[in-house]
Amino acid sequence: MIKLWLAEIPPRGRLYFSLLLAVLLAAPLFVDGYALSVLVLVFYFAYLGQAWNIMMGFAGQLSLGHALYFGLGAYASAALYVHFGVSPWLGMLAGGAVAAVIGAAIGALGFRFKIGGVYFAILTIAFAEFTRILFDHWLWVGGSGGFFLPVSGRTGNDILSLRGSPEMFYYTWLAFTVGALILCRAVLSSRLGYFWLAIRENEEAAQALGINTFRYKIFAVMLSAALTAFGGVLYAFYNNNLFPSAIFSISRSIDMLLGAIIGGVGTLMGPIIGAFILTPLAEGLTVVLEPLRDLGFKFDGIKQVFYGLCVVAIVVFQRRGVWPWLRRKLRLSPGGAQ
Amino acid sequence: MSNLVVRGISKRFRGLQAVKNVSFDVPERGIIGLIGPNGAGKTTTFNLIAGVYAPDDGEVTFNGQRLNGLRPDQVCAAGVARTFQIVRPFGELSVLDNVLVGCLHAEKDMTKARSRAREIIDRLGLGSKRRQLAASLTLPDRKRLEVARALGTQPKLLLLDEVMAGLRPTEVDLMVGFFREINRDLGVTILLIEHVMRAVMALAQRIIVLNHGEKIAEGTPEQVVRDPAVLECYLGEEAV
Amino acid sequence: MPIEVYLNQIVSGVLTGLIYGLSALGLSVIFGVCKIVNFAHGEMMVIAMYLALLAFQYFGLDPLLSIPLVCGALFAFGYALQAGLINRLIDVPDHMQFILLAAIAIAMVSGCLMIFGPNAQNVQLDYAYDSYEIGPLLLDKVRVFAGIAAISVAGLLAAFFRWTWIGKAIRACGDNIVGAQVTGLNVKHLFALAFGLGSVCIGAAGCILLLLVDVQPFLAVEYTLLAFVVVIVGGLGSLTGALLAGVLIGVSEALAGLFIQPSLKSMFSFGLLILVLLFRPQGLVGKRA
Repeated sequence: MIKLWLAEIPPRGRLYFSLLLAVLLAAPLFVDGYALSVLVLVFYFAYLGQAWNIMMGFAGQLSLGHALYFGLGAYASAALYVHFGVSPWLGMLAGGAVAAVIGAAIGALGFRFKIGGVYFAILTIAFAEFTRILFDHWLWVGGSGGFFLPVSGRTGNDILSLRGSPEMFYYTWLAFTVGALILCRAVLSSRLGYFWLAIRENEEAAQALGINTFRYKIFAVMLSAALTAFGGVLYAFYNNNLFPSAIFSISRSIDMLLGAIIGGVGTLMGPIIGAFILTPLAEGLTVVLEPLRDLGFKFDGIKQVFYGLCVVAIVVFQRRGVWPWLRRKLRLSPGGAQ
Repeated sequence: MSNLVVRGISKRFRGLQAVKNVSFDVPERGIIGLIGPNGAGKTTTFNLIAGVYAPDDGEVTFNGQRLNGLRPDQVCAAGVARTFQIVRPFGELSVLDNVLVGCLHAEKDMTKARSRAREIIDRLGLGSKRRQLAASLTLPDRKRLEVARALGTQPKLLLLDEVMAGLRPTEVDLMVGFFREINRDLGVTILLIEHVMRAVMALAQRIIVLNHGEKIAEGTPEQVVRDPAVLECYLGEEAV
Repeated sequence: MPIEVYLNQIVSGVLTGLIYGLSALGLSVIFGVCKIVNFAHGEMMVIAMYLALLAFQYFGLDPLLSIPLVCGALFAFGYALQAGLINRLIDVPDHMQFILLAAIAIAMVSGCLMIFGPNAQNVQLDYAYDSYEIGPLLLDKVRVFAGIAAISVAGLLAAFFRWTWIGKAIRACGDNIVGAQVTGLNVKHLFALAFGLGSVCIGAAGCILLLLVDVQPFLAVEYTLLAFVVVIVGGLGSLTGALLAGVLIGVSEALAGLFIQPSLKSMFSFGLLILVLLFRPQGLVGKRA
């Protein structure tokens, strides 16, 4: 099956992708800690963008509250680890399950009551905000003061507990990003994927062809939510501190969709390309503005301003995202759903 | 034995009685035409059969199974496929992929479904365009795609909503031939809404006429074109 | 609890609710006419609050007196946003429109964060601790002024839409855009005006709210959602509905505040939003969206 879809990618595409992958695998050998952390940020946007893309790009449902699932994954795994010593990999299963169930509930509420478009988007924001305030008051996970993971002396890489060097996290994030790509590719070329695309393109026509759109939409939400939750787990163990106002915020929800919006909603490579473009630019901006900091300007939040403006730019100038345009320029277009 | 049995269905939309007490039978392997002026309630009738709306009153049965109250996808699972008056292609998917979606309803295996889709596309004359995006097709081709897609679900009853509109006479004849073929070879029952009289007269064994949501006539094509009530609603009182 | 406490809370809720209603009016006008769902609503209100704050800090202006200035600024912003950006994007699919406005919202909030910092700030007014005593009721002066100001602005807006020519033209656009175009109305300009007017409501609401609440950047999302609750409960596109619903929400919030922690109050509003979305998305008064 892998052979089948590899064959659909033109040889040039396979070449470029392999080169990129090779570079990324070797990167820790020749870049410094800062560059490594920037690359991790790229993977963060790429992976989460891919997860969000499943719901929006494949099943056509807009969620502006994905931070909810991210946070559930983060807090579930962190709490299980800190309070019960449970490995984050098991925590991932727990967090993913919780996120999937809640996603299904929100989806069911929304779809059952025929709440489309704007109302559904508002519903997702409301749930995220509701949860943020809830966690602000939940002391078992730190409340608004924050929840912290113990960072004992880094004696080595403990992959089972996700305690270790930046390199370890780098490869973990990379693995997840590549894994998400492979998963999405597999799903897209399956019966499920085609049904999702049909629902996205024209839900009524899809129904007339025998597709139970309610069930499949719920499934898209569940998969998207679970994958997002996994990302939350990685984030929690990488960052070691969690604050509801940072984890469940609307800002975080926007983070989730940046990769896909910039790169191209509904495409496979979109979130990845979007992440690769957005992150270095944003970092570059902070570096360039660094001297001004000494002059007294505060720059917390400059990145968000930049992200917001990027989205505006994309919507105005290239609303399908960068990847479709880039793909044409590099003459890699295969046509169809990619 | 009758395939589709429609008994006394009615539908009201906030003050407008779109369909009122309509009853008819569509026999197995038959081809029945549904005609009437614009706004007569033809598409609403289709929507009532296909599960888009539930009738306020009445019953729809297909092969003994009650259809009214089922969701559109359940109606499709019962063997009824439909096309839409305003075509609804999956624009960003290729022609082949569009039909593939239809085929995946009955055939779970991707490879088999794909070859079935290929067959259907070729049969409808869209073979050369199979990799084209549906959004880039001309209207007649989109109509053909719509039919192809519906056929993919392996229906026993096909509801066609004005699929001939906008086609040239030669294209109409081709489509008529195609429908005769699938009716004869695959045993697909057909109920078609049409304004293109050329097609209706050539295809339909019986015709049902609707006006203002009610059935005003039923019979063979020859009978219907002479029926005074029909002439009146189409041509006005003086013509009678 | 003695009855006075309830009464006081209710009246307090009514007065605060009028502000919510005014803010929601802005959202409703923009949606009713331009068919745009302004996800940047709360952010615009926060900016209005900051502007009023600056006016207070640098010119000693009472926020209520800043209303004309801030409204002017927000009108210009709203007009420019619609005319310069949104008007160009008419054929963008709905979800892109929301994402666009959400992105603008993020940029604005972060901008505020950069300029004003994350800490809550407020205005210290001379009469902040005065109150009126009417029988058993003990009403804060600020709250009374706030309520009066809110109702006045709302009244002015209603009068504008009802009696001025431009107001009617704008309403026409909202009702039937093709008809409006055919009768020669400059629809793009009127859309921009409508967005500007909606922004005026937001601006006024922001100034008034500053009397009662501290301002910080993270307030924005809550106010966006609150405005949505009010509009959806009162019906998208209905002016009276927005005001009534605002009062309803204000009162419910105030009463809820008697029994639950203040910081949990917004959870209550979100819960209400979720319930309303599920059971009556067209609201209690308005037309079906």
